[in-house]
Amino acid sequence: MAAPAASHTVTVEINGESYELEVPARRLLVHFIRDDLGLTGTHVGCDTGNCGACTVHLNGEPVKSCMLLAVQADGARITTVEGLAPDGELTPLQRAFNQHHALQCGYCTPGMLMSATALLERNPHPTEEDVRYALQGNICRCTGYVNIVEAVLAAGGASA
Amino acid sequence: MLLREVEYARPATVDEAVALLAGYEGARALAGGQTLVNVMKARAAAPEVLVDLDGLDELRQIGFSADGMLEIGAMATYAQIMASSEVEVARPILAQVSSTIGDVQVRNRGTIGGNVCVADPTNHLPPLLVALDATFTIRAQESERIASADEFFVGVYMTAVGEGELLTKIGVRPSSGAGDGFSGLTVGKHGTYVANAAATISDEGVRIALGCVGATPVRATAMEERLGAGDFSEDGVRAAAEGLGASLDPPSDVHGSADYRRRLAEVSAVRAVLQAATARKEH
Repeated sequence: MAAPAASHTVTVEINGESYELEVPARRLLVHFIRDDLGLTGTHVGCDTGNCGACTVHLNGEPVKSCMLLAVQADGARITTVEGLAPDGELTPLQRAFNQHHALQCGYCTPGMLMSATALLERNPHPTEEDVRYALQGNICRCTGYVNIVEAVLAAGGASA
Repeated sequence: MLLREVEYARPATVDEAVALLAGYEGARALAGGQTLVNVMKARAAAPEVLVDLDGLDELRQIGFSADGMLEIGAMATYAQIMASSEVEVARPILAQVSSTIGDVQVRNRGTIGGNVCVADPTNHLPPLLVALDATFTIRAQESERIASADEFFVGVYMTAVGEGELLTKIGVRPSSGAGDGFSGLTVGKHGTYVANAAATISDEGVRIALGCVGATPVRATAMEERLGAGDFSEDGVRAAAEGLGASLDPPSDVHGSADYRRRLAEVSAVRAVLQAATARKEH
């Protein structure tokens, strides 16, 4: 039987690269990604599961990495914002964020990009309602929502 | 946030999970973690051992029992319930309500079992499952029992699932001619409920359960009895609801006073019943 332990070896694939690390069971996935692996594109916003700045893809689905323990992700495939454009060439969504001024301070942007990327993978031509529903778990405290929604809609049209 | 130190295990079978929960003091089941991880951050809960149910595929199944009950594994996520053809055929209200819980990220991790075992009085699913007269299968080490929805919810954050036990699945009868409704007022479009109500109308009668107005879902029994006469016109339903709000003893908080909740609960019950009546006609 898998006996309970206060630390575990976690093996994950992040942005196509494999990592194996011994981590305390209490470590949140977001801290594992940022502090243990140095991938600081994933942000900690509220740390209460509300703001979505820490959104990553876990086995292809957007989740909030502050509401997951690193040990829960053992064996998973994770994509962070760094994994969207591994060669430095921006995705159509990232270009649309740039063109539509969809960021002000930029703190929420990684989470917005991860949620919107997941939406566009599932639904390449979303309506405004689809976009707003998909981004409900991401808060922009600059309240720049209008331009964010426009950018996602443009990316949806651009990839037609 | 730094959590208090905790031990963690990921059992491979339900038997192992139950043995761990029973064998370690302060052990607690970890489902999707969309509530538990946050309350651990706030140190409102401090389990000694987390028993992660993530590896238990049998708890993720959605299907039908031999006698035709819709059975949803405790680890089925809201996203899974929304996409399930079995739920769509048998009891679509479960998918509709699940689609308004939290947000996309929360629905990808949060589970039906976690939602009901947390038993937060403002959660969506407890009143709905009481209205649907759902059953709850609870496994212990040497036994298994089934609790009715009226028995399952015991208090604020308290259910019939005892120490060393595990909720494995939830059973709901297919609607077969019944109509279901759910209504309420949230803080923000899909935020926390201030008050809500679930209703189901079937050949056996009407069941109405109210959320956010007591420690557990509150059955609106007087309204149910009056509706037994079968008048589901708007005036008829309003008349049946009369006095419902005044019979309640809801809490006051930052989102609404007790009086406001009494009023909201009555209006929500009327709307849920009217929705259920419309849904029934469409069958």
